[in-house]
Amino acid sequence: MSLPPEEIAAIRANIASRKTNDLIFATIGICCLGFALITIAALFVDMAVTGWARFRPEFFTEFPSRRAAQAGILSAWVGSLLVMTVTAMVAIPLGVAAGVWLEEYAPKHWITDVIEININNLAGVPSIVFGLLALGLFVYTFGLGQSVRTAGLTLALLILPVVIVATREAIRSIPLMVREASFGLGATKWQTTRDHIVPYSMPGILTGIILGMSRAIGETAPIITIGALTFIAFLPPAPITDVAPFISFEWLKAPFTVMPIQIFNWTSRPDPAFHANAAAAGAILVAMTLSMNALAIYLRFRLRRNIKW
Amino acid sequence: MTSSIASPAVRPVSARLARRLDRHIKERIIEAILFASAAISVFITVGILYVLIKESFVFFSQVPIGDFLTDTQWTPLFDDAHFGIMVLLSGTAVSSFVALLVAVPVGTTIAIYLSEFATPHAREIAKPILEVLSGIPTVVFGFFALLFVTPILQAIIPGLPGFSLLAAGLVMGIMIIPIVASISEDAMRAVPMALREGSYAMGATRLQTAFRVVFPAAISGVGAAYILAIARAVGETMILAIAAGMQPQLVWNPMEPAATITSFIVQVALGDLPHGSVGYNTIFAAGLTLMLFTLVFNMLGFWLQRRYRERY
Repeated sequence: MSLPPEEIAAIRANIASRKTNDLIFATIGICCLGFALITIAALFVDMAVTGWARFRPEFFTEFPSRRAAQAGILSAWVGSLLVMTVTAMVAIPLGVAAGVWLEEYAPKHWITDVIEININNLAGVPSIVFGLLALGLFVYTFGLGQSVRTAGLTLALLILPVVIVATREAIRSIPLMVREASFGLGATKWQTTRDHIVPYSMPGILTGIILGMSRAIGETAPIITIGALTFIAFLPPAPITDVAPFISFEWLKAPFTVMPIQIFNWTSRPDPAFHANAAAAGAILVAMTLSMNALAIYLRFRLRRNIKW
Repeated sequence: MTSSIASPAVRPVSARLARRLDRHIKERIIEAILFASAAISVFITVGILYVLIKESFVFFSQVPIGDFLTDTQWTPLFDDAHFGIMVLLSGTAVSSFVALLVAVPVGTTIAIYLSEFATPHAREIAKPILEVLSGIPTVVFGFFALLFVTPILQAIIPGLPGFSLLAAGLVMGIMIIPIVASISEDAMRAVPMALREGSYAMGATRLQTAFRVVFPAAISGVGAAYILAIARAVGETMILAIAAGMQPQLVWNPMEPAATITSFIVQVALGDLPHGSVGYNTIFAAGLTLMLFTLVFNMLGFWLQRRYRERY
C-alpha cells in the first residue's frame, strides 16, 4: 500500500516546512539570548569608553570635587567598605543561624510555617521599602542617625533572605547519614551542627553570602531613603587609633557616602564632564559585582561537581 | 572522658549527671539563640508594617483617603497641595507595562530555547551568564538608560524628551529578562519527559511540542515568573529616578517624563524634609501603597509556583 507520489511529495514538503519552523525558532531564541548578552556588553563597553579618561590612580585617592576632572571616589569606596563590613557582621551570623534553625531544629509547627512564608515574602519586598523601615525605625525611633551603622543594618536586613535561603539549600543537600553517624558517636545536636553540618555546607553558604553582598554593594535606593549625604569630602574616623584602647568605633556613627550614591549624584548632574566620572565609577562597581557573582557561581559549580554523598 | 571510662569510681555519678545537665542547658540556650535569629525575620516584616502604617495613619488624618484615591494631581510639596496617588500609579503602571513588553516575549523565548532546543552544554553556559546579568546594580542600568538608550531613542523618535518612561521602561525590561527566563525555564524543565516523548511519538516537531505540550503544562510556573517580574518592575527605583524624570503627572503615554511611586520617595528623600511634616509622612503613604501592590503580586506568584510544583 503505497501512497501516490504527489501525496508523498506533499508530506515531505510539510515535514520540511516544519523543520524550517524549528530552525527559525531556534534562531530567534539565540537572537534573544544574544540581545540580552549584547546589552550587557554595550553597557560595559559604553561605560569603560566614557570613563576611560578618569582611570588614574588619583581617581581612587581624591575626594569628590566641584571640578569633574579632579573628583575622585575616595570617600565613596571607603564608605562602601565600612557599610559592607557592618552588613556582613550582622547578616552572616543572623542568616546562617536562621537557616540552621529552619533546617536542623525547626519542629513541624505553625510558627515554623509563619517564619518560612515570611522569609519568602521578605525576599520580594522592594528595596526602597527597607529604606523606609530604616528611616522610620533606625533613624528616628532608635536614634541611630544617618550613619554607617544605619546603612549597614538596613542592607543586612535586605540580604538576610538571600543568606537564609542559600544556607538552607546547602544544609538540605547533606544526607541524613552524616547526622546519624554523629549522633551514634554520642554527639549532641549542636556538636553535630557545629562540627559537621555547617562545615560541610560551607561552600553553599559562602555562595549565598557572596551573592547577598554583591547585591548589597550595588543597592542605592534604601541608602538614599535614609538620607546619606551625596557630597562628602572627609573620611570617617579611623577604626585604629594611636591612643589606648587603639580601637575606635566612632566610624559607626559617622556620616558617609557609598559608590552607588556617588554614581547617582554624578549621573544626575547636567554637566557631561561628571558623566565620565559616573561612567568610571560605574565600571568599577559593575566589575566588582560581576566578579563577586562569577565567584559565587563558580563556587556553586565546583560544589555540585565534587561532592557526591 | 577517658579517665571516667577507665575508672568510673573516680568520678561519682552525680558529677556525670551534673555534666549532662550542663550540656543539656547549653544545648537549650543555643537552640534558643538559633530560634531568635530565625524569628528576627518576622520582626522585620512587623517592623515594616508598623512603620508604614504608623506614619501613613498620621498622613491620612490630614488627607482624606477619598482624595488620596481619586485626586488627579500630585503636588504634596506645594502650597496648593494635592495628594492623588493615581498620578504616581500611572507612572508606575506605564513604565512597568513597557518593561513587561520587553521582558515577557524575550524572556519566554529564551526560556523555551534553553529548555527545549539548546544542548545541555549551551544551557550550562547561558544560565550562569543570565544570573550574572541580574546582579548588575540598578543605578548602573539607570546611567545606561539616561546616557546610552535615551540618545539612541531620540535619534529614532524625534521629539522624545531627555527623560521618558519609555527609555526607563525599556532598560527595566532588559533588567528583568533574566528573572522571566530563569523562572520560566525552571517551570518548563519540571514538565515530565514522558509528556514530550508522547508528543514526539505522535510525530510532533520540537516547536510543536514546546508550544502545544510543554508550555501549556508549565503555564502556572510561567505565570508565576511574569507576576514576580511585575512585582520587580513595580518596586524598581533607581532606573526610574534617573531616567524617567520626576515630574508627577497623570500620563498614559510612555514618551513623556513622569514620576512613579518609587522615584517620588527618592525625590523627597534627596531633599531636606523635616521629620513629622506632611511631606515626610507622604513617602510612607506612598510606600504603603507600593508594599500592598508588591505583596499581592508576590503572594500570587508564590501560590502559582507552589501549584505547579504539586502537580507532578
